[in-house]
Amino acid sequence: MLPEIVAQNTSPSLSVPWWKVVYNFSPLTEWIDKSLHNAMTPFWTTVTEMLIIGVLILLFYALVGLFLVYAERKVCAFMQNRLGPNRVGPFGIFQTIADLFKLLFKELVPIKNADGFLFNLAPYIVIIASFMAIAAIPFAKGLHAIDLNIGVLYVIAVSAMGVIGVLLAGWSSNNKYSLIGAMRSGAQIVSYELSVGLALITIVIMAGSMQLSVIVEAQRDGWFIFKGHIPAFIAFIVFLISSTAETNRGPFDLAEAESELTAGYHTEYSGIKFAFFFLAEYINMFIVSSIAATVFLGGWMPFHVSHWEGFNHIMDFIPPFIWYIGKTFFVIFMMMWFKWTFPRLRIDQLLTLEWKYLLPINLVNVLVMAFIVLMGWHF
Amino acid sequence: MEEKEIIPVPDEQQEYVINMGPQHPSTHGVLRLLVSLKGEMVKNIQPHVGYIHSGIEKMCESMTYTQIIHLTDRMDYISAHINNEAVCLNVEKALEVDIPDRVKVIRTIMSELTRLQSHQLWWACFGMDLGGLTCFFYGLRDREKILDIFEETCGGRMIVSYNCPGGLMYDIHPNFQKRVKDFIKYFRKILPEYDQLLTGNVIFHERTKGIGKLTKEDAISFGVTGPTGRASGFSCDIRKHEPYSAYDRVQFKEILFTEGDTFHRYVARIEEMWESMNIIEQLIDNIPEGQFAVKMKPVIKLPEGEYYQRVETARGELGVFVISDGNKNPFRVKFRSPNFSNLSVLNHIAKGFKIADLVAIGGSLDLIIPDIDR
Repeated sequence: MLPEIVAQNTSPSLSVPWWKVVYNFSPLTEWIDKSLHNAMTPFWTTVTEMLIIGVLILLFYALVGLFLVYAERKVCAFMQNRLGPNRVGPFGIFQTIADLFKLLFKELVPIKNADGFLFNLAPYIVIIASFMAIAAIPFAKGLHAIDLNIGVLYVIAVSAMGVIGVLLAGWSSNNKYSLIGAMRSGAQIVSYELSVGLALITIVIMAGSMQLSVIVEAQRDGWFIFKGHIPAFIAFIVFLISSTAETNRGPFDLAEAESELTAGYHTEYSGIKFAFFFLAEYINMFIVSSIAATVFLGGWMPFHVSHWEGFNHIMDFIPPFIWYIGKTFFVIFMMMWFKWTFPRLRIDQLLTLEWKYLLPINLVNVLVMAFIVLMGWHF
Repeated sequence: MEEKEIIPVPDEQQEYVINMGPQHPSTHGVLRLLVSLKGEMVKNIQPHVGYIHSGIEKMCESMTYTQIIHLTDRMDYISAHINNEAVCLNVEKALEVDIPDRVKVIRTIMSELTRLQSHQLWWACFGMDLGGLTCFFYGLRDREKILDIFEETCGGRMIVSYNCPGGLMYDIHPNFQKRVKDFIKYFRKILPEYDQLLTGNVIFHERTKGIGKLTKEDAISFGVTGPTGRASGFSCDIRKHEPYSAYDRVQFKEILFTEGDTFHRYVARIEEMWESMNIIEQLIDNIPEGQFAVKMKPVIKLPEGEYYQRVETARGELGVFVISDGNKNPFRVKFRSPNFSNLSVLNHIAKGFKIADLVAIGGSLDLIIPDIDR
């Protein structure tokens, strides 16, 4: 069957010049899709596409993880008057790869009286949650694995799954430090999920859609953080704070507070299982930064000012992917910045901040935003 | 279906015990705390000490007085110079040696530099205990400059062993005065930066204010001295009350607060750094000419009797008690170390707070474990 189909169709060609692909990836993806359809049955096409996308995301995931670990070490080093990694490769860029190999070869220490199944399962849950969330993020025009019509909801839901892994890790380790860390993390993530959701809803009200590609497209003539007056800005700040808390980072790293709980929920993990937690933490940071960039800062959309045609045209020359990466790393840098500046909060202060300050502010903010949208006061 | 009766777990059974240490990042050494917790609440703390007990007091009995000095370095190794000075002062007092002014002034300057670097290290570690990791590097960066000054003059960086009975091991390095003045100029600019990074932070205030309150009465009854005691209003500065070396000829404030919480223990140390710089500035240009040591007998024998000398280390009052039977070795030596008394108050003030507060309180007591274990 297969060769016959190939013989009947002429192979499709890319509809645009190859260099224009960086501005819009859809022709490329369509071309790949058509070519695969020509070569095999629809079922196998889907399977192949899924495999390709899976491998690409996995590759991207690993690269981002490695880069972020390196970036954090460099950023924190410069904030602390140090040089940071500078031995392996130029400027130490291969340091994280060397670390990865070290972690791969390390012994996986078995824990006495630990719940073996859950203990081994926990890192996978954490990593799968972050892996799933990355699928919905639009990296550039026409470059996302899946464009769900409830993209925002999907990302919130999936990234919240990670807490199950953290809880399991703490519970199954047979270590009181781990258990305290896991319980803290549970309380923390459950509370801050709320603020993340409400901050995003503020923008969803404005965009009128939960689909991430629509949200990005709606920011063609100005990013939401500028369009949405003060409520959008407040929502951005709240999102930044609560997403930092959700990823167990910065001044909210109570779950792994090393001065109190040694390493919190992953105290007993070693080798590659520890690396999974470590990697997931950085990918989660990348995901929340991507969402912040997409929802508040326009995602891959270049910086546009309405009616400034010449200016907008110049901005369009910079490929969307660069815009996306730039914005994401701006948010990541902010998160690193306050991680390395602030002391850590206490658990009761953490919950006070959420339930007594962020949540009421957020609720009022949603109302104000709804009012502004109803009256058509936004730009 | 059979209905099960739910029996509430009694309060005392809800408690569980965790072992903080001997290997724990925030016990600053090999201190072991058995902490009874209920949830996150600290119910009881039982310190277990002695993991690095090296028998310094017993070793002293088989050593000469000159040798003892080098053992005291290893007790409170962060304020090593002041420990040395305590033994030297004790020996000199017993022998009624007249110490040249030059020695007194240099000893005072070195003591204050030691106090400065000790507080810098404490600030660095305290910031780290609270989760602000950048503090650690800022503190160590500035401490390094003092250690360089020590290295140039004494040869040692941390464990200096610069004192000997009758004076100093050798004269100060020609660069000493210039470098100290440069450092004071530099550090006067840097110290406000510490405040910007940590003291003014809202989270820091939340974490420290009202945490681990120690009243003046408790401070006195537990024998808590040093900045920890003074933050509670216990006027215990030996430099003020029983001036030794050149402390009687300098003007300085005794830092006193009445609140006695973690925040004021912190502020007391920051203020002490300013005072230390004042003291050094008053003395550094007025180092008198003269000998750097008095000639002593090669074998020092104290006359029969009991001798006691107190000094103010960076952590509080260090007492050296020597019983001599007239030999070249002391009959008995007892060190009254500040950290041991300061640790004893931990259970009293940290009860009822959370684990994170326990770490903050422990950090604000500024414990050096070898000084406890000796």
